Amino acid sequence: MEWQAPAIVLEARPHGEGGAVVGVLTEAQGRHLGLAKGGASRAQAGLWQPGNLVEVRWVARLSEQLGAFSGEMVHPTAALALDDPLALALLNSACALAADALPEREAQPRVFSGLLALMANLGRGAPALLADYIRWEALLLEALGYGLDLSACAVTGTAGHLTHVSPRSGRAVSAEAAAPYAGRLLPLPLFLQGGQAEADPAEWLAGLRLTGHFLTRDAFGSRHRPVPAAREWLETRIQALLPPQPEAPADA
Amino acid sequence: MSVRGPDQVERLVAMLARLPGLGRRSARRAALKLLQDPGGLMLPLAQALRETAEAVRPCRVCGNLDTQDPCRICTDPAREHDVLCVVEGVSDLWALERAHVHRGLYHVLGGVLSALSGVGPDDLRVADLLARVAEGEAREVILALPATVDGATTAHYLTDRLRPTGVIVTRLAQGVPMGGALDVMDDGTLAAALKARRPA
Repeated sequence: MEWQAPAIVLEARPHGEGGAVVGVLTEAQGRHLGLAKGGASRAQAGLWQPGNLVEVRWVARLSEQLGAFSGEMVHPTAALALDDPLALALLNSACALAADALPEREAQPRVFSGLLALMANLGRGAPALLADYIRWEALLLEALGYGLDLSACAVTGTAGHLTHVSPRSGRAVSAEAAAPYAGRLLPLPLFLQGGQAEADPAEWLAGLRLTGHFLTRDAFGSRHRPVPAAREWLETRIQALLPPQPEAPADA
Repeated sequence: MSVRGPDQVERLVAMLARLPGLGRRSARRAALKLLQDPGGLMLPLAQALRETAEAVRPCRVCGNLDTQDPCRICTDPAREHDVLCVVEGVSDLWALERAHVHRGLYHVLGGVLSALSGVGPDDLRVADLLARVAEGEAREVILALPATVDGATTAHYLTDRLRPTGVIVTRLAQGVPMGGALDVMDDGTLAAALKARRPA
């Protein structure tokens, strides 16, 4: 058994002295694990860094075996992101989510192409990609069977002025219908409806809280697992971009 | 007829095989060598192992392994006590000491942050580092962490935590190694080197 395909490295765990069990995401094979002999060695450790785009070859005697990976670098995403804390946080979060959430050996071509675009363009800087990253999280939710329905208001059926999402159903709610329950609904950022306000950390945070609610409750909660810490680290880093809030005056 | 040796020999081979760089075959060779010279090699080795195990402990200041606590590096008056070099593990500290390139002190973190392995700041000696810096003993903190995604994530995290203290935080450069030819370098190192280019 063997196949060869472009892949995104999701994780590499040391195995034995120099080897590594590597997890990659490919278009046709989905998330796939394999043993990279010497994968943790000085020569190969750089190749199997999360986020890297590689041409990977998998070989095994039987299809159900772990099999062995060999690979060649296509795009060194990790090396290009090392100096940019926000880009690195995005890379960590995306790879950890895909590694933890996606089932093994199930093709997810849309999740793959979304993640591929993120990793290939990470050198442009994270601010240009954060809105795309949150859209990719929504895509991941959809691939896992917990998609958001942002097409029309769950209450009125109208498609305009959608401002919130129901935390129970994942369906959008219009401003008018949301007004009495605004505190209990999740704000829907403009960029998730095709709007323009993309470079606003407050909007990114709103987007992360929206997808985070469903990732926590459904994608990970259904398996009694916590959302990877890397996603929280990304949220913390975006939070730090917000201007400091003026302190409320103390009561007299 | 059994081909296995006595239980004690098997136990010795199994213990040796747990060491890095030794497989079962190499462990068997090492065991045989020891058994052939019990007085000259095996017993002195056993005594050295016992004495070292009893004497060596982690330094309560930096995390280095030494027979003294605080270790000889921390108590050496000839070193620069206001420059702290943060390393992932004791092996990195030893590597820097071998190279004689750092004359300051060290701080061994005991790992790096890893989202996938579930290693968070509380699992590392981050609080100890912040306490050392808060005591005002450091003018500069050098982050000598691995050039990996986890190493860089840890470096950014520590930079953020150290920023309010006002200490100078520096990181190791990345790029072409000494004697390295470009055509044999891996793509990641080349990319990092090109990105970190500097005026000639």
